This record gives sequence, C-alpha cells and structure tokens, in this order.
Amino acid sequence: MNSATVRNLLVRGMLAGLAAGLLALVTAYFLGEPRVDSAIAYEEAHSHEHGVEAVSRTMQSTGGLATGVLLYGVAFGGIAALAYCFALGRIGRFGPRAGALLLAAAGLIAVYVVPFLKYPANPPSVGDPDTIGRRTTLYFLMMLLSVLLAIATVILGKRLAPRLGNWNATVAAGAFFVLAVGLAYAFLPAVNEVPKDFSATLLWQFRLSALAVQLTLWTAFGLVFGPLAERVLTPKPAERAAVAAPSAVSR
Amino acid sequence: MAQSVAQPTTVTTTAPAKLPVGAIAPWAVFFGILMLALLYFVGAEQGATSVMSGENVHEWVHDARHLLGFPCH
Repeated sequence: MNSATVRNLLVRGMLAGLAAGLLALVTAYFLGEPRVDSAIAYEEAHSHEHGVEAVSRTMQSTGGLATGVLLYGVAFGGIAALAYCFALGRIGRFGPRAGALLLAAAGLIAVYVVPFLKYPANPPSVGDPDTIGRRTTLYFLMMLLSVLLAIATVILGKRLAPRLGNWNATVAAGAFFVLAVGLAYAFLPAVNEVPKDFSATLLWQFRLSALAVQLTLWTAFGLVFGPLAERVLTPKPAERAAVAAPSAVSR
Repeated sequence: MAQSVAQPTTVTTTAPAKLPVGAIAPWAVFFGILMLALLYFVGAEQGATSVMSGENVHEWVHDARHLLGFPCH
C-alpha cells in the first residue's frame, strides 16, 4: 500500500514535470531562442573557423531544445516527487497542494537560483572552451552544495522549532542558509569569461530569459503536481467510510 | 449525525501521514539514479566528460543546455 503510494506519486511527479517542461519549452522558445540566435550571430562575426554543423540550427532550436527541456522537466519532476514522499508528514502540517508548491519553490531556489547567482547561465560565445571541465565541475558542485544546504536548513528548522517556535525557527534556519550560501560564494572561485565587446544588454536579456524558463518550470510543476498528489493521498469515499466506521465503534 | 459533520473536516485539515522510509528507498535509489543519469546527458555529456564519442549529443541539446543554465563549450 505504501509502496504503491510512492509509485503513484513518482509517476505523477514525472507527468507533472513533463507538463511543466512543455510550458518551460514555450518560454524557452519565445524568450530564449531569439537571444541564442543573437549570440550565435556575434560568435560567427568574431570567429573565422566554421566547423561542419552536426545538427542544424533549426533542429537545435526546436527538437533539440524540446528534448533537453522535457527530459530536464521529467527528471526533476521525478526527483521532486521522491523528495515529496520523504517530506510528507515529516516537515510540517501542510496540505498536499501547499506542500507541493512549497517544495517547488524550494527546488527552484536550491537547484537553480542559488547556483545561478554565482555561476549564471551564459549564451553561446561566452565562455572559453578550454575551461569547460572546470566550469562544469564548479557548476555541479555549487548545485550539489546548494541542495545539501537546503536539506540541512530544513532539518535545522525542524530541530529548532520545539525550542524557538515555528516562526523563529524558520527565520533562524533561513539565516543559516543565507550565511552558508554566502560563505560558499566567497570561497568558490569566480568565472568571468564574457568577451570585452559582448553586448551587455544581450547578456542581461539572455540570463533573464534563462531565469524565466526555470520560474515557469518550477511554478508549473508545483501547481500541477499538488492536485495530482492530493488525489493520490485523499482516500476515496468508500475507503473513508471503512476507516471511519471502526473508529466510531472503538469510541 | 456528529460523524457526518466531523468527516469532511478530518479529510481537509489533517496533514498527510508519513510514508515509511523503507517504502520510499527502493524507488528513490532506482529512479533517483535514473533521473540523475538523464540530467547528466542533458547537462554535461560530451562537454566536460564523454561517455559516448562524438559531438552529436552535445550538438542536439546545445540550445537547451545554454538556456537551462549548464556550462556549454
């Protein structure tokens, strides 16, 4: 029964992730792609090597973009659903829908916003190909660190709650998170590889659209997954009657 | 009579019950690894490290990688 609940939530999390991915894809296509194209135009004006294109630009901006964004949505939908299973009844008295939305907000901040503030998304032609290994390591390290710190923050908040009360415990745990993230920012090396004459406006617009893609994805996930999870977790009328009847007798 | 009044409130206000860790763990291990592998292929394959040779995976998800915030070439 419990295992079936986990399976049902996992399947719905992946489906909600797919639906959220579709919306994020719309954002990425209409807000992001024009900026990617502008950045590629800059790249082609400044480099003399024209390699053979393995995948055409048209395919990259449609099928390729869809593959990446949808897989990303399904993957994080599945992971978020598993986190939701762990969090159920362990963190606070949140209903299924409020819990899903809170989890989505936490996911957006821990998985994306915190790493983004240190190592923001870059358009094509920003970034030295020779440092890709180092940049990838730093980005995934920052992501992992951020997620672990977010989990530590939740555990800390829960530990402090009996002593400080819910409000103060939440504020204290939040302060711990900000402080720990600030320390990580201070000690991890900076990466600034923007070419000198690259348009500041284009860079800003690209990064803002990348943030919009994630905001769409996680918000949609929270709003779609909540009601689906609620239906899994709310007993059907027949079961409810069966649960209610014995308790009435024992009373 | 009292029960019919109490029923809807218990359904709407009770926080969901805990799921035992033992029930979650098998799903979390198997699907967790599967989901992380998916993220690896979307975010890093044929960039910093390569499981498969060539450039096709990288080129195919190129735009998604940039717009999802992963470092890309």
